[in-house]
Amino acid sequence: MARVGAFKSMVNRSAPYMLAGPAVLVIGFGCLYPTLLALRLGMEQWSLGTPWSSATYVGLSAFGLALTDPVVLHSFGVTLAFAAVVVGCEMLLGTALALLLEQPMRGMAVFRTIFIAPMMVAPIVVGMMWRYLFDTQYGFANYLIGLVGIGPQTWLGDPVLAFAAIVLSDVWQWTPFVLIMVLAGLQNIDQSALEAARIDGATPLQAILRVKLPMLASVLVVTALMRLIDAFRVLEVIYALTFGGPGNATEVLPVLIYKTAFVSQKLGTASAISVLLLLVVSALSVAALAISNPMRDGRR
Amino acid sequence: MRAARYGVVVMLALICLGPVLIMALTSLKVQTDIFAMPPVFFFAPTLDNYRAVLLQDRFGTYLGNSVFVGVVSTVLTLTIGTMAAYAIVRFRFVGRSVVSSTTLLLRSVPLAVLAVPVFVVWQDAGLLNSLWGLVLLYTAVNLPFTIWVLYGFIAQIPYELEEAAQIDGCGSLRILTTVVLPLIRPGLAAAAIFTFRIAWNEFILALVLTNRATRTLPVAASLYITDVGIEWGRLMALGVLIALPPLLITLIAARHIVAGLTAGAVKG
Repeated sequence: MARVGAFKSMVNRSAPYMLAGPAVLVIGFGCLYPTLLALRLGMEQWSLGTPWSSATYVGLSAFGLALTDPVVLHSFGVTLAFAAVVVGCEMLLGTALALLLEQPMRGMAVFRTIFIAPMMVAPIVVGMMWRYLFDTQYGFANYLIGLVGIGPQTWLGDPVLAFAAIVLSDVWQWTPFVLIMVLAGLQNIDQSALEAARIDGATPLQAILRVKLPMLASVLVVTALMRLIDAFRVLEVIYALTFGGPGNATEVLPVLIYKTAFVSQKLGTASAISVLLLLVVSALSVAALAISNPMRDGRR
Repeated sequence: MRAARYGVVVMLALICLGPVLIMALTSLKVQTDIFAMPPVFFFAPTLDNYRAVLLQDRFGTYLGNSVFVGVVSTVLTLTIGTMAAYAIVRFRFVGRSVVSSTTLLLRSVPLAVLAVPVFVVWQDAGLLNSLWGLVLLYTAVNLPFTIWVLYGFIAQIPYELEEAAQIDGCGSLRILTTVVLPLIRPGLAAAAIFTFRIAWNEFILALVLTNRATRTLPVAASLYITDVGIEWGRLMALGVLIALPPLLITLIAARHIVAGLTAGAVKG
């Protein structure tokens, strides 16, 4: 009997390791190890299709080279501009719409389902769809601006318009995300504060500015950070829509990394650029977790 | 005021669905209608594009690959993820905080960063061009989010329920399957939808890690874009076929998607 008891307590003590073990192994091998390897590979110079042993070690200077390369700097600028513009537009639009649609209304469940739809469509398909919409000769975008008397534009052949095109596709796909996050946040607002504001004679606008938005602050910041992280990761939509073109007008960092690795076949250089992207995204990620950590102990 | 709000909602819905509807309409058009300007909205629909896509010699293989990768990685991610989330919520063990914080951070690693190292590691491990290699990758990148979502759901279960089961003589695994699992069904649904969505939709690593035999549907679609030109009708037909399963899931499980989107950021 005693033995069975000892066995049982051993099983119990090892239980968490057996339960978490598979996840640790899979994440470790499939995600953490490759991420750390990117740091190491960034210090090598070698080409796609040549054996790993033929790589030459260039050390930390690789990162210095990447950081001073005008192509990388340009791409970093495009990425920053893209992230700032899309997240700005999406936060403003999404929050405004959420405040407008906050009151319960009949049929909202159906509309909510429709709003989620863009997020579920494969990014590569989203890119292709918008590429067709922006086609110079038979695209819907030119048809629409034609209705208001503007002549056809070569959307994807013009640096500024192509940038506008990738921004539009992202705003289309992800504004609903902000809308849904803010709607959920509004539902959690303590109604008594709003009641008090109303009794004190606050106008609806004052109630929004002085009560709702301050109470939504943490939701808004986390939502913006989540969107920023995603904006820095956008690759597939742009791959299909512009492939970074015309020239390198829409070449965000993920697209540059892909092209450097699998078009120019410079795997080491691509890894060095990856590290830059990884640093930015990790910093944003740490910030998001500092504000709202879902696994913080003692959460209810 | 109410009419105005309905007006806004309807317009938003039109904007959300518009591009998808245009894709669907285009997939039903013959070449001359596709190239018509102004666009035609009333035309004799044809299934020729779908016929061409479906009868393409390898479509069955690609579809099979996509379904296999989507389903197997979802099942694996949920199984492994539930076990891990349960361990993190209910046990104090060595390395617990390292596991949970690493998990949270890895959730945001860009796939572009993973492309080169995963290509190198998979090549060395003989996982290149194999469907299992893709399954392993998608399981690894989806686990952090799954653990994140399930943690919240498991943490809300009153511990007394599990204690009662323990007194009745249940082991950890029994408690997990008979007490915890039924209570976290909404969380499992949300995690399953998000994992399947990534595994079904993902393109760039599938492009890097597969060959002619193991290609998934998004990779097959990208091959319709060539320097010579784009077969819009067929491309849009394949686009509709790729978009359809996630959209059908949205239709039946929108509630769970909202739960998954807001998990962790908005306290429910």
